[in-house]
Amino acid sequence: MASLKDLKNRIASVQSTRRITSAMKMVAAAKLRKAQINAEAARPYAERMERMLGSLASGSKGENAPKLLAGTGKDDTHLIVLVSSDRGLCGGFNGNLARDVRNRIDSLTAAGKTVKLIIIGRKGVTLLKRDHADKIVATYEELSKPEPSFEGASEVCEKITDMFEAGEFDVCTLIYNKFVSALTQEVTPLQLIPFASEETGEAAEAGAGDAQYEYEPEEEAILEALLPKNLSVQAFRAMLESFASEQGARMTAMDNATRNAGDMINKLSITYNRTRQAQITSELIEIISGAEAL
Amino acid sequence: MADTVALELVSPEKLLMSEEVELAILPGSEGDLGVQPGHSPVIATVRPGTIAVFKGNTVEKRIFVAGGFLEITPERCTVLAETAIAVEDIDQTAAKQEIADLQDDVKVAKDDAARAKAEAALAVAEAKLEAAVSPAYA
Repeated sequence: MASLKDLKNRIASVQSTRRITSAMKMVAAAKLRKAQINAEAARPYAERMERMLGSLASGSKGENAPKLLAGTGKDDTHLIVLVSSDRGLCGGFNGNLARDVRNRIDSLTAAGKTVKLIIIGRKGVTLLKRDHADKIVATYEELSKPEPSFEGASEVCEKITDMFEAGEFDVCTLIYNKFVSALTQEVTPLQLIPFASEETGEAAEAGAGDAQYEYEPEEEAILEALLPKNLSVQAFRAMLESFASEQGARMTAMDNATRNAGDMINKLSITYNRTRQAQITSELIEIISGAEAL
Repeated sequence: MADTVALELVSPEKLLMSEEVELAILPGSEGDLGVQPGHSPVIATVRPGTIAVFKGNTVEKRIFVAGGFLEITPERCTVLAETAIAVEDIDQTAAKQEIADLQDDVKVAKDDAARAKAEAALAVAEAKLEAAVSPAYA
């Protein structure tokens, strides 16, 4: 059995761990609130852009539609953009992402497609480096520091558009943790290129019902400027969601850790007290039996 | 018909402004657009320039935008801008410095892509200074 001194040390160390985890939990809670506000503040822009894009896209579905909208017509090479976190200690946040990406890569390769990876966040790099190092084309770290910025998202998207224009991939999917609540995140794929969401279909119909727009300059020119911007907006939104999810996941993980540490301290204290009592009893027995022997 | 139009100015980070205005003049890339209630629907790109919000016959507010998109319907007018700053908040010395820096960038740019990027940034900076020095519709 461990000595009293050992037990005391253990208790002290678990106590300081608990102090750290509970502090981290509180920091994450504060950051989560801010991240949620940010994510909400960014919503109007994305909504309006979607509306504009919807009414524009309905007008140009023909052959001369920009490639970003229509795609290359093939789907041989897939680019997966993964939004992970820079820091760990946030439960299954990055693990779930990595698992989903691995499955996706496996099924795509099984279907004979080529896969390329762009990873945002240090943790995602660490998790996927071992198995899929040859597929990683670019990594971004510390983009969301102190919080996700539109410039950061644009930087990534510039790289994506450059690659697309160079014909390096046909389909681009963004994978991120969608914020459902502070307790749950959902790994969500979002197809960026070709731009084809159901929402656009609905928006396009609604747009067609509205009055016809005039365009200045021509539709194609606006679309050409709008599409890359939309890409950045989508990526930015994903980054904000992912950031909020990360804080939520960390908060939950740290809450659990704090609770576990508390349980552990209780158990250790009981062992400590029992051990001390046993020691006292055995000392007494020694004294008494010593006195009797006289 | 209402006698005001809802003007919204939105940046990717947040909704910057949302108010009812009588008349606003927006810098479209192919010429300024005056927006009053009942304007016909337009979607256009925005060049770096000043949005002037009128009250009666005087300009109530001037906002510099560095480009973006705008959507006009009879009831509302939405401007999607990346950066927007009130004209009176523009720091002229800083803007001049920025122009000088960017001019250097244009000179030392290695390839066409970098030069085009620097020139675009320079155009924005110049328009910003211009907006501060000589306010539109004064």
